[in-house]
Amino acid sequence: MSATVAPPGKHRPRPSQRQRVFAERTRRRVRRRQWTNTAMVAVLSGAAVVATLPLLLILFHLVREGASALSLDFFTQMPKPVGEAGGGLANAIVGTLILIGIATGIGLPVGVGAGLYLAEYRSSPLATAVRFLSDVLNGLPSIVMGIFAWQFLVRPVGHFSALAGGVALAAMMVPMVTRTTEEMVRIVPVALREAALALGYPRWRTSLTIVLRTATAGIVTGALVAIARIAGETAPLLFTAFGNQFWSVKLTEPVAALPLQIFNYAVSPYDEWHALAWAGSLVLIFIVFVISLAARFATRSRFGGMGD
Amino acid sequence: MTDDARVSAAAVTTAAPAAASGRVRVDARELNAYFGEVHAIKNVALAFQDRSVTAIIGPSGCGKSTFLRCLNRMHETVPGARVTGTVLLDGTDIYAKGSNPIRVRRHIGMVFQRPTPFPTMSIRDNVAAGLRTLGDARPSRSETDAIVERALRRAALWDEVADRLNTSALGLSGGQQQRLCIARALATEPGVLLLDEPTASLDPLSAQRVEELIYELRRDMTVVIVTHNMQQAARVSETTAFFLSGELIEAAPTQRMFTTPSDPRTEAYITGRFG
Repeated sequence: MSATVAPPGKHRPRPSQRQRVFAERTRRRVRRRQWTNTAMVAVLSGAAVVATLPLLLILFHLVREGASALSLDFFTQMPKPVGEAGGGLANAIVGTLILIGIATGIGLPVGVGAGLYLAEYRSSPLATAVRFLSDVLNGLPSIVMGIFAWQFLVRPVGHFSALAGGVALAAMMVPMVTRTTEEMVRIVPVALREAALALGYPRWRTSLTIVLRTATAGIVTGALVAIARIAGETAPLLFTAFGNQFWSVKLTEPVAALPLQIFNYAVSPYDEWHALAWAGSLVLIFIVFVISLAARFATRSRFGGMGD
Repeated sequence: MTDDARVSAAAVTTAAPAAASGRVRVDARELNAYFGEVHAIKNVALAFQDRSVTAIIGPSGCGKSTFLRCLNRMHETVPGARVTGTVLLDGTDIYAKGSNPIRVRRHIGMVFQRPTPFPTMSIRDNVAAGLRTLGDARPSRSETDAIVERALRRAALWDEVADRLNTSALGLSGGQQQRLCIARALATEPGVLLLDEPTASLDPLSAQRVEELIYELRRDMTVVIVTHNMQQAARVSETTAFFLSGELIEAAPTQRMFTTPSDPRTEAYITGRFG
């Protein structure tokens, strides 16, 4: 190829016919591979774009339709009757936060505890049963969860309540958190556990202060996904939290929730309510987004990222 | 502190080993260990002198690590594993009924093949980790600081980490992490230190530092080191025990072991004919 290869005064021998045919064939093959490579990269990046397209479209659409209804009033005012201008969803926003709070307060400790149990006593009959039931529960339609919560928490009491809604959401959250916790605890190296035991740590202390601590970042991420999932659930709330046109923060009273309000407004025939539904969706997504960000921030390694 | 002198004097050239007191610190008798049906340790009797280093050598799978883990009741933490026989620690059987494995492990430190710093803890908290389990005997904050410094000095790590005690232990190199684990084991002042191939995953220079450290530690504790590196056994130990297929073939003063072993299997192993 370059002059340095061929010694001066000597020319390279002419390639034979066979060599030329072979070289041509190689060139063609390489060209085809390059083409295949380009095509595959294009297909895969296309798939990647398509995968994120819905989110982008949703965000774009929500902003376009809902931004007009977003104002300070939206966050501070109560819903107004049809025909009256303005009004907001203050009660629904607060209600959703209350419901998320109840669900997380119950679902997180139960889920983490159950997950830790599954990981630590992985082959006990109870663990096998719980693991199986968790998977079943994970796939349970949320409307069924709502009916179940109504049967046990609404009917005996005689009225809808925020508590019943929170419990229904917690029941949806538990299996998700359980399985993530189990996975995260399982990938903590045995060597770490042994190191703690060899230091004279009792088993419970090893589990809580070494194993669980090490798995925390992963568990929090999993819990966040679970919270984000339940934050937008509507079906379990239909028969439990029920929704409320008025301001209520009492746990024993029906409470408004963004998903319910969005549903009610979206199926209504009024344009102003449609706009409010869009704005409500935007706020709901924003709440999920803020929860994610906050937890990311909270679990950032205190050693500036070196720890993960 | 005398620790300074001790650390700076750390050198493989130290002539005579600190005189072994001749007192038996750990005494294993008729020790058998099993993994389910597998008989991993077969009727081993071996005593460890106070203030000395005993090396356990043997080919892979001969049970040397398992034997070591029987000495601080770590073997039984593996599902399906069990132990029979006795191990006397200062005359008390650690396998006696009513003996608490957690208390036993507090008196017997252990360091593993791979460095195992706790990833969520700072360097300081790693060293102090063992102190947290002491309940009422738990030292105060200032006492803890002093203990951490002493342990890190004994592990010859203090100078390298003194200015970053509150940073992550994962920021240290592999050799530093292993010395951190030794410091962590030393912080609770155990009388016995078990080392399971402590230099196997380290580069030669780090391994040398750890060896120097082991050589120093014999001054005030009983050290048992499992190694598949025979040169290392020859360098750091006073007594060497040779294991094969779960049996103790021979235990003798290191020098005699490596010059005139009495069992032909020992000779075959140390001359490199197998293993």
